[in-house]
Amino acid sequence: MALRLSASRYSIGSLIRNAFGYHEGWQRAWRAPEPKERYQVIVIGGGGHGLATAYYLAKEHGITDVAVLEKGWLGGGNTGRNTTIIRSNYLWDESAAIYEKALQLYEGLSQELNFNIMLSQRGVLNLAHNLHDLREISRRVNAIRLNGIDSEILSPEEIKEMVPILNTSPNARYPVLGGSLQRRGGVARHDAVAWGLARAADARGVDIIQNCEVTGILREGGKVTGVETSRGTIMAEKIGIVVAGHSSVLADMAGFRMPVESHPLQALVSEPIKPILDSVIMSGTVHVYVSQSDRGELVMGAGIDSHNGYSQRGSLPVVEHMVAAAMELFPIFSRLRMMRQWGGIVDTCPDASPIIGTTPVDNLFINCGWGTGGFKATPGSGWVFAHTIARGEPHPLNAPFSLERFTAGKIIDEHGAAGVAH
Amino acid sequence: MLLIPCPWCGPRDEIEFGCGGEAHIARPENPDELSDEAWADYLFNRANPKGPFAERWVHSHGCRRWFNVVRDTATNEILAVYEMGAPRPEIGSPPVLASPDESGTTSDGESL
Repeated sequence: MALRLSASRYSIGSLIRNAFGYHEGWQRAWRAPEPKERYQVIVIGGGGHGLATAYYLAKEHGITDVAVLEKGWLGGGNTGRNTTIIRSNYLWDESAAIYEKALQLYEGLSQELNFNIMLSQRGVLNLAHNLHDLREISRRVNAIRLNGIDSEILSPEEIKEMVPILNTSPNARYPVLGGSLQRRGGVARHDAVAWGLARAADARGVDIIQNCEVTGILREGGKVTGVETSRGTIMAEKIGIVVAGHSSVLADMAGFRMPVESHPLQALVSEPIKPILDSVIMSGTVHVYVSQSDRGELVMGAGIDSHNGYSQRGSLPVVEHMVAAAMELFPIFSRLRMMRQWGGIVDTCPDASPIIGTTPVDNLFINCGWGTGGFKATPGSGWVFAHTIARGEPHPLNAPFSLERFTAGKIIDEHGAAGVAH
Repeated sequence: MLLIPCPWCGPRDEIEFGCGGEAHIARPENPDELSDEAWADYLFNRANPKGPFAERWVHSHGCRRWFNVVRDTATNEILAVYEMGAPRPEIGSPPVLASPDESGTTSDGESL
């Protein structure tokens, strides 16, 4: 295994070596194995969270007899459909702890995976447009700082200096009265996160099986024993479900109910332009978030469709609302053409916090409910879920995010942070 | 974009409507006697099928009345429209508009 790791290691040396071969000698980054009959652990879902789970199962817990089952292609769901924003400025202690764990893992991930995830900590700025917003960001910034996470309040003058193209006129319909900034927040290349985790998990022996849709969950005496898939029956000692928008569909197969609803969430990108925006700007009040990708496209998103849906399309009124909000903040963008628009299916919880833990079925675990903001949590989510699967019980970081919290009434209300902006 | 057939106003753009989520969830008559599990199930757990789904809509910018819709969540096809309080129709049947409610009420004991 160590040999394979070093032989395929990406470096300036490997780049030069391959340049001499006209770059025809690059090997595929992960294998495409046939599924075995039995695994110690099956992870259902080959998005970022599922791949991170498999990677940390192998790395932190020495469990390498693992299969990741993906019905489509790796990172083709929400991992490849989000707006790539990363931050950890959450209000409640429980959320702050798990999102900060994720951010810290992100900060070392490129080195650790030997794969450039293009993490750019360019700062995430949340705008305040009225007195209530100002009071709310003061409360949040104080709570966030008490948890040891960087966060600061900017005045309109400081915001104008940081983002000159933002409409900070006092005559604006929604004037910018201030903002909260997390400088360690930013963006990362979402595909690279999936590919890097897949490559690193594969190098440690994890089988990544694409085009393998789970169609049934096998149980015996209240215990999970395996799955029926489009590529045959596969048995396993333990199974983790990490399927975002399709969590309820999988829970139905396993025979339990979930407090989760699936909604389309849309994003869009503009034509590429020269560098004009070097931070991430979010506004919960006019409701849009914008950043500029390395290719020069403006990437923006907003809210979910109000009705349940699995269609990965979303409704036009949501896009119109989002673009109108972007125009309000950035009048300079008014003549930009939008190039592409798409939707992902997000699994929202009543308290806008995820569910990571055990299920009513023994040896079956679930990681879902990240709603509109799961990308930022990817490595942290996988890290705690791997612990949960390996030990059969949650890590202290994800213990508060159990399915039982809805029965106990210990909900973690993050609607202000995760339900609106992400 | 959905074109929603309001039983009273006819087909209208979805921006005129508000979505009320899953239909046919009746508030328990004896909340004091319920276990925490049963209460949590009523409050939080929801059917979230990929396929036909019975949900409530309100024509906020029209007649302001509530009604039920069976919609396929995978294709967005609207399969049936019926009044509040009416039982869920057979899935797969073509849209059948309910006749206007002459009493003018939509009260049916369901929580709105």
